[in-house]
Amino acid sequence: MANDPIISVRGLVTRFGKHTVHHGLDLDVQRGEIIGIVGGSGTGKSVLLRAVVGLLKPADGQITVFGENVRDTSPEDYRRLRRRWGVMFQDGALFSSLTVQQNVEAPMRELLDLSDETRAALAAIKVRMVGLPEDALHKMPSELSGGMRKRAGFARAIALDPEIVFLDEPTAGLDPIGAAAFDKLTAQLRSALGLTVFLVTHDLDSLHAICDRIAVLAEGRVLATGTMAEMQNVDHPWVQAYFKGPRARAALAQKETV
Amino acid sequence: MTQTMRPQISLTEGAIVLEGDLLIGTIEDVDLTQGEAQTIDLREVTQLDTAGAWAVVTLERRLQAAGFSPQITGASAVQNDLLAVLRANMPDEIGTLLPQVTIADRLEQIGRRTVGFSREMLTLIAFLGRVVAMIFGLILHPSRIRWTAIVHHMQQTGLNAVPIVALMAFLIGVVLAFQGAAQLRQFGAEVFVVDLIAISILRELGILLTAIIVAGRSGSAFTAAIGSMKMREEIDAMRTLGLDPIEVLVAPRVIALMLMLPVLGVIANFAGLFGGAIMSWIELGVSPGVFQSRLVSNTDVWHFGVGLIKAPFFALIIGIVGCFEGMQVGGDAESLGRLTSTSVVLSIFLVITADAMFSIFFAVMGI
Repeated sequence: MANDPIISVRGLVTRFGKHTVHHGLDLDVQRGEIIGIVGGSGTGKSVLLRAVVGLLKPADGQITVFGENVRDTSPEDYRRLRRRWGVMFQDGALFSSLTVQQNVEAPMRELLDLSDETRAALAAIKVRMVGLPEDALHKMPSELSGGMRKRAGFARAIALDPEIVFLDEPTAGLDPIGAAAFDKLTAQLRSALGLTVFLVTHDLDSLHAICDRIAVLAEGRVLATGTMAEMQNVDHPWVQAYFKGPRARAALAQKETV
Repeated sequence: MTQTMRPQISLTEGAIVLEGDLLIGTIEDVDLTQGEAQTIDLREVTQLDTAGAWAVVTLERRLQAAGFSPQITGASAVQNDLLAVLRANMPDEIGTLLPQVTIADRLEQIGRRTVGFSREMLTLIAFLGRVVAMIFGLILHPSRIRWTAIVHHMQQTGLNAVPIVALMAFLIGVVLAFQGAAQLRQFGAEVFVVDLIAISILRELGILLTAIIVAGRSGSAFTAAIGSMKMREEIDAMRTLGLDPIEVLVAPRVIALMLMLPVLGVIANFAGLFGGAIMSWIELGVSPGVFQSRLVSNTDVWHFGVGLIKAPFFALIIGIVGCFEGMQVGGDAESLGRLTSTSVVLSIFLVITADAMFSIFFAVMGI
């Protein structure tokens, strides 16, 4: 049981009209790891994430999370499954009519029967855990900066102590300091809560800093998986360009000096 | 899914012993407000999440407040880490987190709303001034007029609204003839139904109801379109390119509406009279020929003029309010929805106010 992958994707095919995004994609994610999904624009990283969490029905293939098939579950099973993962979308996707506190409380309110005080206390803890000041609790999402919105989105994603968090480009649009802080936060919460993190990213620094494994998406499938060091030896033009480009070297050099 | 074990709390040998799963779904099953001890024993705890750790830290805090210095024993390394994270992140005081609303706050709110409303009205008037100035500027420099945009909006707000406006006016004509007939028949004055329909539709109802439909149809579309551009910073992008959003976005919409609302009003008048004539024929036996001759001989052409004079003013109100509310949209999707509905309500309200003022004006002038 311990070695079974927590997420397993087999032969995934997704299509938009005539355009095939994935043809026969396989991917395994192990419990407790941070896996980084990279790939050029339009290779279907976000589409993969949406398929795994069941927002998008794939044309073909098997997706199992916690050993349960996401595609063919009854609404009830899907509901139970959903409690065990949290998703953070690119811009946080906070509900704009609710305060930060109400946003973080929303999953607790919908899926659990807790008293108001407990919910408020837990929301306050989650908000502090993601590094937001306490006065952010009563702010509306439109009053927050982009980085704060992402943090609040993260707080909502971990509101129910999920086993997996899906993060869609969490550091995109953040300044390097904010991005590094977000990486640190992800790693910290992973060790504190025992999370498995499914990270869609473009950020080489994030890949270096926190990812245990990297999966490269290209040509509609997973081209290679492995550690950052193993990626250096993959013989594919895109992978070479990505991991040996000037930005990658800078990220690598930075890591070695630290 | 793994089966959860109900958590239990017990007090043995000076220790509070917790057992089972302390998870977000189960922590409210145990009562942590009772019992005093020097140690909290977590040896039998099978699963612990943030909520469970929060409960343990709360218990620890309570014991500390009661004068004990509690020790936590039997926790695994992971659980100890989690407890440490929780201790570092405990909110200071949860009781004060919910702001209390007092009467003073309510009074302040009323004051703020009043001031806010009058400020908004002032900015609306300022906006009206800028748009009117822009339109006159465009008349002086016709080469700057964006004809493509104007024609596009004329189609959107005018041509596409013809079916609904015509149908509405037709039905109003039918209703007036029907209701008027029932009353006038009592005096044997059936033929006066023509005057009733002609005056009420030409003077008031035709243009007023058209304006109300257009406010709901096009005013809201203006607010939504400009508002979503504002949200995506398109308006700011325009400004950086040296384009004036009033010239590019607002003026074509307002001009198109001012050109098309009179046309829609004329269509509504004809449709209303047509509906009235058909109903008079069926219900009262007033033949179309009689209807027409009575209409021509008894109804002053000024009734038609009075109705149509109002149209450009109504169009200006609807266009200005629609565009103004769109420009007020902030960064969030909620304000877009709120301001769209404000736009419709405010423009209908202002159209009816203007109509009342026109009525008083015409009465004083004796037209």
